[in-house]
Amino acid sequence: MWDYSEKVLDHYRNPRNVGSIEDADAIGEAGSLACGDSLKIYLKIENGIVTDAKFQTFGCGSAVASSSILTEMIIGKPIEEVRKITNKDIAEALDGLPPEKMHCSVMGHEALEDALKNYFHEEAASQEKIVCTCFNVSEKQIWDAIKENGLKTVDEVTNYTKAGGACGRCKGLIQDIINTYYKKSEEETKLTSTQMVLKVNKIIETLIAPELQKDGGGIELIDIQGNKVMVKLYGRCSSCKNSLVTLKNFVETMLKDKVSKDIEVIQV
Amino acid sequence: MIYLDNNATTKIDERVLEEMLPYMKEEYANPSSMYDFSRKAHNAIKEARVKIKDFVNASTEREIIFTSCGSESANMAIKGVIGYNRSKRHIITTKVEHPCVLNTYKELEKQGYEVDYIGVNSSGELNLDELKSKIRKDTALVSVMWANNETGVIFPIKEISEIIKTRNPETKFFVDGVQAAGKIPMDVQDNGIDLLGISGHKFHAPKGIGALYINSKTSILPLITGGHQERGLRAGTENVPYIAGIGKAAELAADSLNYELSEVKRLRDKLETGILSNVFNARLNTSITNRVPNTTNIGFEYIEGELILLHLSDLGICASSGSACTSGSLEPSHVLRAMGTPFTSLHGSIRFSLSKYTTEADIDFVIKHMPEVIYKLNKISPFQKELEHLKACKG
Repeated sequence: MWDYSEKVLDHYRNPRNVGSIEDADAIGEAGSLACGDSLKIYLKIENGIVTDAKFQTFGCGSAVASSSILTEMIIGKPIEEVRKITNKDIAEALDGLPPEKMHCSVMGHEALEDALKNYFHEEAASQEKIVCTCFNVSEKQIWDAIKENGLKTVDEVTNYTKAGGACGRCKGLIQDIINTYYKKSEEETKLTSTQMVLKVNKIIETLIAPELQKDGGGIELIDIQGNKVMVKLYGRCSSCKNSLVTLKNFVETMLKDKVSKDIEVIQV
Repeated sequence: MIYLDNNATTKIDERVLEEMLPYMKEEYANPSSMYDFSRKAHNAIKEARVKIKDFVNASTEREIIFTSCGSESANMAIKGVIGYNRSKRHIITTKVEHPCVLNTYKELEKQGYEVDYIGVNSSGELNLDELKSKIRKDTALVSVMWANNETGVIFPIKEISEIIKTRNPETKFFVDGVQAAGKIPMDVQDNGIDLLGISGHKFHAPKGIGALYINSKTSILPLITGGHQERGLRAGTENVPYIAGIGKAAELAADSLNYELSEVKRLRDKLETGILSNVFNARLNTSITNRVPNTTNIGFEYIEGELILLHLSDLGICASSGSACTSGSLEPSHVLRAMGTPFTSLHGSIRFSLSKYTTEADIDFVIKHMPEVIYKLNKISPFQKELEHLKACKG
């Protein structure tokens, strides 16, 4: 049972401006069927003013309400004003959304952004680095959500963007983006070998091992020689065909990210 | 209100409540006490135990332990068995178990246990060959639900127990019977079950009471230690009114089993056929035949489940969904995903679960209003082309 505001209830029950516009001047999309929510927004723009807006949404009550109120917020507005609308504005217009549903307002905002890019023939943001592969969330989307809403924890980022909400593998990366945003990332300095061992071990214990444990596996640090980190995988991982991929893609990426870019991981 | 969410919880039967009330009022004695005043409380537990024994056809009432809920029964069975067999580190279960079982195994994996999760086919039926191949010398436990809460699919318990006993007679067999109790006959002896968990509120007893059958050849370590209650296997002063309640509910459930298997099934089938034939983007998410009589799970393609539930709720209809949006977890139903249900209908899956209190008028009302709700929501969907294609195919 969600604590939806009266406005959310009103908008999902009687959504405004449902449908499409045949000769739309701009069309924006966000989300996908696989992710469980998807939104299409159609705009009619004349003399720099949004004269009509329609939407189609595949999603829950708050997703429909967010899309519906968004169309109301932009019709009749000059495009420069529309550009300034944020996901926060959408959520506020609905008298708030439950924390777990904030991603619905973010999706509304993304579809609007996409439509405006389409209108101004700007490059689609397809080259962006994807952090959460489950929900296809890019680094920029996470960065923007942190910036816009003052997010401080990984859980908050998940509530706003869905990133990290499924398999959870990208949680470390999300934390990293948060750290970088708040300039808390430790300064990269040349490490002495003792510092290196301590740091690698800490990353393995706090970030890598818990992730592997979720799949029934584990990791043990055996030795460090120069930039070569020797690890032993056990449990489910050792018999798993994907273990090498796991090593290369996960352990190494994590250590490169957190400790030093020239680290090489070797399974022993 | 039309209540079609009986797999979530059920209405308390008036007769169950009547049975409980004396133990909440005048008969408040501790059943362990020595004076005559505790006699009635003591006897209430004794009688309830016999009723549960009869309900599952245990060989003696000593094999029945009262617990607080289905989750406790499952935890007690699982942790109890592996705690008693410390040298065996392997467990087999299925991908579609209830979270109270699944998450318990996820925890045990962290402690170093090896758990195999057996898959199901697109109708939700268990892969028995896979199960057979996984049983080893050090398999402590095979743990399978009798009926699935989301799809109602029944697993072949007797066949599974025969497989287990042939491959490794030492391996214990725990069955989560929560969704089967009161819906299909349950016979632990005939089905070769070692441990069976049930929960009162799924068959018209109140929430907060469950039971665990442990056959006399199976030893477990207790989950809750303390006093001597429940033969030392589950400490804590007995919840006398609720125990009396689950006993009565079991007795009544046994009496109404034929009604469930005939009349409730007829209404379920009517609802299912009514929706599938009147809504072009509806598809059945479950096995057609091999199911408990009260459950159906229908996927509505290209629309989302929570939105359907909200609109049904506005009409006074209560159902549930495997959609991610309703759970707060962002992940859609693990059961439907294990079945390989396509994304197009995965997020729009709706479960209707009936009970002996469901009326013909309830079902007629839902059949009448479902097409207009879905028609309204289809219009909001961004997948208009896909919907039109679907309509053309069906038409």
